[in-house]
Amino acid sequence: MFQVRIHGRGGQGVVAAAEILSMAAFAEGRHAQAFPSFGSERMGAPVVSFCRIDDRPIRTHEPVMEPDALVIQDVTLIHQVELFAGLSADAYVLINTSRSFDELGLGEFARRFHRDRLLTCPATELALEHLGRPLPNAVLLGGFAALTGQITLDAIGTAVRERFPGAVGDRNMAAAAAAFRFVTLEEEEMVHASTD
Amino acid sequence: MTTQPIHFYQVGSFAVGNRLLDDDGRTVQSDPNRTNSLDSGHRACQGCGEALGARYAIDAAMRASQGRLVAVNATGCLEVFSTPYPETSWRIPWLHSLFGNAPAVATGVAAALKVKGRSDVRVVAQAGDGGTVDIGFGCLSGMFERNDDVLFICYDNEAYMNTGVQRSGATPPAARTATTEAIGSEAGNAFGQGKDLPRIAMAHDIPYVATATVADLHDLEDKVERAMQVHGARYLHILVPCPLGWGSASSDTIRVARLAKETGLFPVFEAVDGKVTGVSPIRHRTPVEEYLSIQGRYAHLFGKHPRTDIIARIQAMADRNITTYGLLAEEPADIDPKGVDV
Amino acid sequence: MLRQIEGSRAVAETVALCRPEVVCAYPISPQTHIIEAIGVMVASGALAPCEFINVESEFAAMSVSIGASAAGARAYTATASQGLLFMIEAVYNAAGLGLPIVMTLANRAIGAPINIWNDHSDAMAVRDAGWIQLFAETNQEAADLHVLAFRLAEELSLPVMVCMDGFILTHAVERVDLPDQAQVDAYLPPYEPRQVLEPDDPVSIGAMVGPEAFEEVRYLAHLRQLDALERIPALATAFEEAFGRPSGGLVSPYRIEDADIVIVALGSVLGTIKDAVDARRDAGDRVGVLGITAFRPFPNDAVREALSRARSVVVVEKAFSIGFGGVLSTDVAMASHDTGCTLRTIVCGLGGRAITSRSLEQAFAAAALDELDSLTFLDLDHEIVERERTRMTTTRRSGPSAENILRDLGTVASRID
Repeated sequence: MFQVRIHGRGGQGVVAAAEILSMAAFAEGRHAQAFPSFGSERMGAPVVSFCRIDDRPIRTHEPVMEPDALVIQDVTLIHQVELFAGLSADAYVLINTSRSFDELGLGEFARRFHRDRLLTCPATELALEHLGRPLPNAVLLGGFAALTGQITLDAIGTAVRERFPGAVGDRNMAAAAAAFRFVTLEEEEMVHASTD
Repeated sequence: MTTQPIHFYQVGSFAVGNRLLDDDGRTVQSDPNRTNSLDSGHRACQGCGEALGARYAIDAAMRASQGRLVAVNATGCLEVFSTPYPETSWRIPWLHSLFGNAPAVATGVAAALKVKGRSDVRVVAQAGDGGTVDIGFGCLSGMFERNDDVLFICYDNEAYMNTGVQRSGATPPAARTATTEAIGSEAGNAFGQGKDLPRIAMAHDIPYVATATVADLHDLEDKVERAMQVHGARYLHILVPCPLGWGSASSDTIRVARLAKETGLFPVFEAVDGKVTGVSPIRHRTPVEEYLSIQGRYAHLFGKHPRTDIIARIQAMADRNITTYGLLAEEPADIDPKGVDV
Repeated sequence: MLRQIEGSRAVAETVALCRPEVVCAYPISPQTHIIEAIGVMVASGALAPCEFINVESEFAAMSVSIGASAAGARAYTATASQGLLFMIEAVYNAAGLGLPIVMTLANRAIGAPINIWNDHSDAMAVRDAGWIQLFAETNQEAADLHVLAFRLAEELSLPVMVCMDGFILTHAVERVDLPDQAQVDAYLPPYEPRQVLEPDDPVSIGAMVGPEAFEEVRYLAHLRQLDALERIPALATAFEEAFGRPSGGLVSPYRIEDADIVIVALGSVLGTIKDAVDARRDAGDRVGVLGITAFRPFPNDAVREALSRARSVVVVEKAFSIGFGGVLSTDVAMASHDTGCTLRTIVCGLGGRAITSRSLEQAFAAAALDELDSLTFLDLDHEIVERERTRMTTTRRSGPSAENILRDLGTVASRID
């Protein structure tokens, strides 16, 4: 079972992101479970959503306490919420930011993890470029696909278009594909950097 | 406003003998083939105004709907005295659910009939004043606001008679009830704003609102008839004296109801789409003492130390109604109830 | 058709396939997504003929359902928590009148303190109302139980409440196999009311009944609930034949054949319990699970039979009777009083507190060693409670407890669990 936790703020599509990820896994014939952190939160409040992906039916209904991957849609949460609770050293982390871990004050923290599993992605910028709106959720899923290899970009596309039919889906998908390329390039650079 | 076509008075009373009228002008009650929707044998008290009002209203509604009627009843005297298990006095399909939900239950019945394409069947809901102005008020306002196709009839006897005469939101000032005893300097029910349900109903802009009393059968039946001619939420508020709760003689039920109107304490009017379109004028303006003094619930205002001050306050209420609704005018005043100064 | 779909949406689409004729709604979390989706289907004409009525309260919602059902329409509504309490008089009334209304209860805690999250306090508060109460373990079962519920309700002329855990199921997006219209039509015949408001054949419904007959009327209601104990398994079998998957039934046993310890529970926590039980099995404990699908009528015989070989029974409950203990536990104790097992209660998940497989495993391990208390509040923070107890002993005006405890806890938004 692969467990994902997504952090963001109300209005950023945190819940939709988990839902789309689960739909993408479903499109690939896998079992998936997506659910929100069930707050009565308003716009801007911290929101958490969860997604589990497995090859077998998923029975548990507990929150994801020990995620295999963390997606952080809003970098301003870093010093407000225990984002990294329950995170193992093997976990993947994708943060929506154009800054580096050092710039975020997470340089020391990042060294506890596999370097190639901790990445940033300027999803808001990509969303503004492709969607015209600062909605990073579907964009980050493209990055998530590249980072974790748990899901294909095609499956993300299927799910995004199902959730957002028409042009909105297409534009979201273009942004997700851009994020996929961005993360792939980052990883390649990292591989080069480590071999150099 | 009443369609009553003749204007002569017989033998010094206001009664119009049916036998002097054409068949078309006669009341439903005078028809030996009327439905008798609330059949005899029920357990109401002698002289019960509510039993009378319900039979008048439902028989008229039955005629208007060609016998295709479903009634929903709130808990209360009418429900209890008409259906002591295993007997029932109702000759129409009749449902009692709870005290406070008759308007919503009626909405459900109307919705079911609509979805089944039964446009021939009409729905009435009925309740006492407690089930209307107090515990059923939320559901009633909701039914009005949605303009559901229900005629809601309130039989107003101005207190909770079923439980032993306790104060309701429709109990008038100074009236003695078991929870507003005639004790102390301000004996009886307090003077307050009152809950004027007909005007609250009008504020919902529903297509038809009217008041009536059991003293004027022609008027009551005409209003039911008119209410049944339109669809949407309609409200009919009928004053029904309660000999037990009012401390009036069983033989005086009609007299008391007539005096309520003739004093101006109970304005009889009708309103279409939220505007008053007609009033029943007072024929012989009568001081409120005549109305109050024949009711035990006001006994503390009379006797050795008459409370002329309180009687004057009640008279002022009647006078205000007379002005507000133009009850002395031959033709109804151009009234905008939303602008009424109370 | 297999869909990756939100639980509420799955229930809404399944309810629509049952062709309800009057749907009444008053919004309350976490029920809203269900009625919103049905509202859209009615507005778009996808669900027709159907009257969708937005009312002013839950009391009105159940009352409209009562009127609609009594006038011969298939009636549906949904609520939760405070909403259920607000309509409780009408809930009893619907059962007393024998009206086959189907209602989804998106289980949620009851305040004060106000809390929108899941537990079973609401369902337990109306367990004696005369409704059949079915609990869904998964969203698949939540959807399927509605089809079964309409048929059961209408066969017996009794209202049925389908309980599904608020948020945990209603807001979870999972794989659900939704039936098609032809399948549902074949399983669920049109509603043929036992009593109906009809001008051609007038009846009085809801007459006053005095002491001379009230007990008989109530006993009759009891007998009809007992009839449901026969009909629920039969309808579950018919469901499996028609839809090709098992759903419903009175109880659902899991690995109990050789179990020393049987865990009994209602609803979605059964999934987490099964994971924990598998882990304990791997560790050598012989543990099994008994899910209760039909809570009312309570399947006494099926529960006794399932627990007859167990040495120890642990009832995991998302509700409790304050001043006493478990609610479901009482029923289970009655059912198993002559089997010689020891019975323990774990109260957990109150107001949405996460029930983790880790905590459950620890509790089940303790039960295997006979070290579990007879009444355990899982993951209860005793220190927080003691601090408030101290405040209350030392200060007369100690203030509102809920606020005091929140202050002690600090920022709750920053915590994951």
